Amino acid sequence: MRRLFLNLGLLAVLLASCQAVDLNAPIPTFETGIDPNTWAQVPAGEFYFGQHEDIESTDAYEIMVTDVTVSQYADFLNAALADGTVKMDGEKIVSFYPGDEYNGTKHEEKIEAGDWLFIPLDEPSQRIKFDGTTFSSQEGYANHPMTSVTWFGAWGYCKYYDARLPTEIEWEKAARGTDERPFPWGDEILRENANFYSSRDPFEDMSSFGSRTTPVGFYNGQNYDGYQTIDSASPYGLYDMAGNVWQWTGDVYEGMHYRFMRGGSKDTYDMDLRVWVRNNATPTYFSPGVGFRCVR
Amino acid sequence: MQFIKDRFNYLFGSTKGLILVAIAMIGIVTATWGMLSGPMAEMGVREVVIKLLGMEIVQSEREGRIIILYHSIAMAVIAIETYMITGLLKMKEFFKTAINAIITVGYILTMIFGMGFAYFGHNWAFHGIYIFGLSLIFLAGVMLIIALWPWSKEYYVTDNQYAHTKKGVDLERVAFFTTAVTTVLSSLFGAVPGSYYGHGFETFLAENVIRYPEKTVMEYSVIGHLHIMLALIGIMLTLIIGRWLNFKGAWHKAAMPLMILGCIVLNLGVWGVVTTLEPVAHMVIYVGATPSMLAALFLLIWDWNKLIKDGTAHLAKPTILQKLGALVHDPLKFGPTWQMLFMNFTTSGIGIFMAIKLDEIFRVWPAREERIELTGHWHALSAIIATIILLYYGDMLGLKGKIRQLYGWSILILSDIALAAVTIFEMKRLFITEAEQQPLVNGLMYAIDFGLGMLLVLLATVMVWRLIDLFKPKGRWTEEAAQYLSQEVMK
Repeated sequence: MRRLFLNLGLLAVLLASCQAVDLNAPIPTFETGIDPNTWAQVPAGEFYFGQHEDIESTDAYEIMVTDVTVSQYADFLNAALADGTVKMDGEKIVSFYPGDEYNGTKHEEKIEAGDWLFIPLDEPSQRIKFDGTTFSSQEGYANHPMTSVTWFGAWGYCKYYDARLPTEIEWEKAARGTDERPFPWGDEILRENANFYSSRDPFEDMSSFGSRTTPVGFYNGQNYDGYQTIDSASPYGLYDMAGNVWQWTGDVYEGMHYRFMRGGSKDTYDMDLRVWVRNNATPTYFSPGVGFRCVR
Repeated sequence: MQFIKDRFNYLFGSTKGLILVAIAMIGIVTATWGMLSGPMAEMGVREVVIKLLGMEIVQSEREGRIIILYHSIAMAVIAIETYMITGLLKMKEFFKTAINAIITVGYILTMIFGMGFAYFGHNWAFHGIYIFGLSLIFLAGVMLIIALWPWSKEYYVTDNQYAHTKKGVDLERVAFFTTAVTTVLSSLFGAVPGSYYGHGFETFLAENVIRYPEKTVMEYSVIGHLHIMLALIGIMLTLIIGRWLNFKGAWHKAAMPLMILGCIVLNLGVWGVVTTLEPVAHMVIYVGATPSMLAALFLLIWDWNKLIKDGTAHLAKPTILQKLGALVHDPLKFGPTWQMLFMNFTTSGIGIFMAIKLDEIFRVWPAREERIELTGHWHALSAIIATIILLYYGDMLGLKGKIRQLYGWSILILSDIALAAVTIFEMKRLFITEAEQQPLVNGLMYAIDFGLGMLLVLLATVMVWRLIDLFKPKGRWTEEAAQYLSQEVMK
């Protein structure tokens, strides 16, 4: 009898593991009051860069206060498709990229001039919808960060608005300011600071779809139907510089085709939310946990 | 006073006592620090443990803390292997006593003061004692090399069942000697960069720099060090298990030269990583790993064959089922080699698959995915090594009957459930997308947590039993104090 119970228990776990995930499960809607069209000023000067606090410096620049939202990206696609900057290739949005210098380094792959994937429309977790003429955001996701976007798609968006992706140095300065803090808001991390793995925010259900993105600027000290957040802006007033989605950065390094991401995401443990932590992937990679913001 | 003296003499003066102390130390560290990560962190247990124990966790020092944690556990494992070697192999009594004493002081200082430095504020005197502890272990390693010198005539063998040269040099002893020499030399590949900390060399975890095309010599040295040390712990344990099981005959004669050759070539490959040979170093490593793994396979074949023969000796014509029954009759004898085989599914096989499909599959994924595979890979290998040690320890304890079956099969089934789940977790991106993975991840996590958690409960039960036993005037410990591993080698 005991063996039967054990086998049934194991079977139950296995069946639970195989259940389908509803990627379009209802999502709470909250207005954060943070305008994704605002930009923050970062002054020129030195700051502590990296885990070992090397001194680096930047010129002055402006950076978006939030990640680019689904709504903003839909607007971009509508404009860019109309003027021919991007085009449809089946279920894919593609556009021209001038290519990278190839050095033949071990594991390096050629990124040649040509059309490259911006976003896939047939990706089940894609929050941009296309009705044949117009792009729009999936209901409930308009103010969420744009995800399932490749590095090319992020690069193309910023370029379209005369901006660019931040370098890793610019990104880190914007997140950290000029002191030695490991997180944009300070030294310690609590669940109410950011959206990370199992942070128990109202958008998460670890028993089914797991972690989902939170609206941009969600962690601003506001109370959302009883869920109290902590204001977790960076020293320059940026939101979501830790958690929610990894953010593509713009550096193209010699001998590497990989592009780097910063900030950790809804799917990573808090250790990956430290400002110096790097992640990277091929520029064609896209995921529901990767987004971006621009600088100018 | 005599009460304490007798127990102290057992715990620190006998091989079985020393092994018990080291296993208990590893168990305490694993159980305590295991609560700082994985599911315990999500459940909020981490914060409670940090507050309760008064740990000082600085975010930027995480990597450094982890490196000291790994070293603390690894040094205790190396001490256990050393106790087994001094207990199993012939050597001068002076060396046995001196090596055991030095390595015991070494690993205990390393563990207590290393962890004290890493997690409880930066008392630099603690760091100094931690380094002193590591140095003592190095010294014990050098003494072990001297003690193992295989070309002393007193260690020559004449029995034709064991691999030896025409002159009588014991090739198994040469294999032990080679592994000890290369272990001591390979430790320097960690020690040299370690001595540059604070002088331009910065802490890093190898899995975080894996994709950077340019690495410094020091970084290569650390990466080589961590790979070869784990491999050498595995090779040494294979030799130990072979000695415990009394590996002999044709398979032994074929295995030992391969073991020696594989160990040398493997080390040359890893050392080559920090030289201009770096571009071909991986090929040399593959060449070296092949004979080592082949030697382990020969041990497995011999062991399983022996278990079947011994278990069916009373039957004239045993059926396949009877043979299978004989093979798995004693989990403590069958287990170590089974775990070596299972390792090929969880570690070696995955490693080879990753190497073949690296650019095509794994390097297309984000680096964090690759990090999961890499850390899972060597955690699985470490766990397998730990279970093999525990299986041998179960035999040392003299477990019999149902308790022996329960202990042995619990270790095998629980660890293999956990490791199989770890392997699927590592490879999950091959068959499920990020957006759809959560139910699968949950199921795998239950399996991993159940397997490892219950394994720790089993270990805790054994440790409590041994603790209670120590309070008995005529407990099992009194017998163990006078027992020698060399006398318990299988007939």
